[in-house]
Amino acid sequence: MSGALSSQSVGVITPQVVRFDAPFQFSNGATLDQHELIFETYGELNAAATNAVLICHALSGSHHAAGVHDATEQRPGWWDLVIGPGKPIDTNRLFVVCSNNLGGCDGSTGPNTLMPSSNTPWGSQFPQPQVRDWVRSQKLLAEHLGISRWAAVVGGSLGGMQALQWAVDFPDWVEHCVALASAPGLTAQNIAFNEIARHAILSDPDFRGGDYLAQETLPARGVALARMVGHLTYMSADGMSDRFGRELREESFAPDGNQERVFQVESYLRHQGARFSTRFDANTYVLMTRALDLFDLAEGYPDLASALSEAEANFLLLSFSSDWRFAPQRSIEIRDALMATGKAVTHANIETDNGHDAFLLPNPIYERLLAEWMQRVGPS
Amino acid sequence: MMNRLDLNTVHDWVPRGSSVLDLGCGDGAFLQRLCDERDVVGVGVEIDANNLISAVEKGLNVIQEDINDGLHCFPAHRFDVVMLTHALQELTHPHVTLERMVQIGKQAIVSFPNFGHWFCRLHLGLRGRMPVSRAMPHHWYDTPNIHFCTVRDFEALCSELNIDIIERATVSGPAQKILGKLWPNIFATSAVYRIRRSGQ
Repeated sequence: MSGALSSQSVGVITPQVVRFDAPFQFSNGATLDQHELIFETYGELNAAATNAVLICHALSGSHHAAGVHDATEQRPGWWDLVIGPGKPIDTNRLFVVCSNNLGGCDGSTGPNTLMPSSNTPWGSQFPQPQVRDWVRSQKLLAEHLGISRWAAVVGGSLGGMQALQWAVDFPDWVEHCVALASAPGLTAQNIAFNEIARHAILSDPDFRGGDYLAQETLPARGVALARMVGHLTYMSADGMSDRFGRELREESFAPDGNQERVFQVESYLRHQGARFSTRFDANTYVLMTRALDLFDLAEGYPDLASALSEAEANFLLLSFSSDWRFAPQRSIEIRDALMATGKAVTHANIETDNGHDAFLLPNPIYERLLAEWMQRVGPS
Repeated sequence: MMNRLDLNTVHDWVPRGSSVLDLGCGDGAFLQRLCDERDVVGVGVEIDANNLISAVEKGLNVIQEDINDGLHCFPAHRFDVVMLTHALQELTHPHVTLERMVQIGKQAIVSFPNFGHWFCRLHLGLRGRMPVSRAMPHHWYDTPNIHFCTVRDFEALCSELNIDIIERATVSGPAQKILGKLWPNIFATSAVYRIRRSGQ
């Protein structure tokens, strides 16, 4: 059980905002003169600051990982499943931090915030961030919070990529690294799916080259279509058959017989697309998918094992059997590279029909394994 | 679970402070004992998710993998010791796994129940049926033990695979300790071998 009423919820959470006035330079050379990060924390930082855990969010995630913003909120944070008192990432012991990535659309400086110079939204002008830029930006947040080393950096999918990049770029900062349903870099098929999603957005006439907010339009159709494609790839064929089968929506049994027959799965995808198109910024979607495409953990090294040989962390890798977007084999590549360089790693492939989304969904084996492994994180 | 006396021998043979790969580590109890008592750096391989969780609970690092898939994730000479205790008989291709073990490990330790034990011979010889006992509780049609062998079988295979036997120990019933040493193929209930690739 999750939500504000559960004793295992972090309860009502107020996001915090930190402003950095020093220039922040992206890998591509672009600079922000100042920027803000919105973040949430759960639990208490201990005096020695040895119990801090960073949660990195995925493509459509945000800083709102657990709890609720007010007692009436229906849906708790995106990873409330595993974050809370007595949960696998136990806020009774650990101080958990989650920020909205730079370039996101939930309150950190991004394409939907105002450019300081012109007072218009950044829109198409916002720099392209990469995974390693997010890592450096999260490091600024850590320093602001008085943290000089993470007991663990944890993430799934794109969040897992950030956790891995942390372990490689700042080895002495990362004691434990948890990468779920992740990959050392996207496959051609994966980049292709992202390109379809971007194309849907970029070809929406309301996109206006990315400056839709300034021109007071919204590329809702493009974003909805992008989300429908994305969402489809996060599920598995078996999972969809179990959940939707060939069921029709009830309204489509109208007695006049003229009504269009709508399958449950159609209705579901339309709903997901529509909901997402009002919640999520189109430019952020484009930037995030590009960051995914550009991510290459081995970049600057002869191979993946050389990159990971930098790390000092103890690793947990979990893959999910029916995940074809970030297939188990991709986690196995990371595992083998870690094993080749003598790093400490645990890997399990969780049996599930939930596809790539499995790391966000209940599963007794997954939750127990994560909980047991997390026991080694933080002061004993 | 029968009393696994073979593990005491394995325990004593594992060098202090060595790196150890435990194939089929189960709930990790034995690997944890080696970590505590022999200061080893251990990695487990386990296929069963519930076992894996128990091993992780003990603070161990475990890889979920089917040993039969070839153990490709481990580079040559990655470990001081690769051990396989009472699992040889469950493997699809025991000879392939043995060859991999002596590649991955500078040495390997293998223990297995001896199918040449007099009880098995008697059971098969007099009753004409596959033996079922406390130590081997499964019926032939429903057993994980698909490749039983005898002490002599194992030694012949090692010779064929150019694997050197460094040391052998036997486990026998209390009344047959001496007999087990003299005629292991008949009186040892299980055997423990320390092996390595020939010419190493």
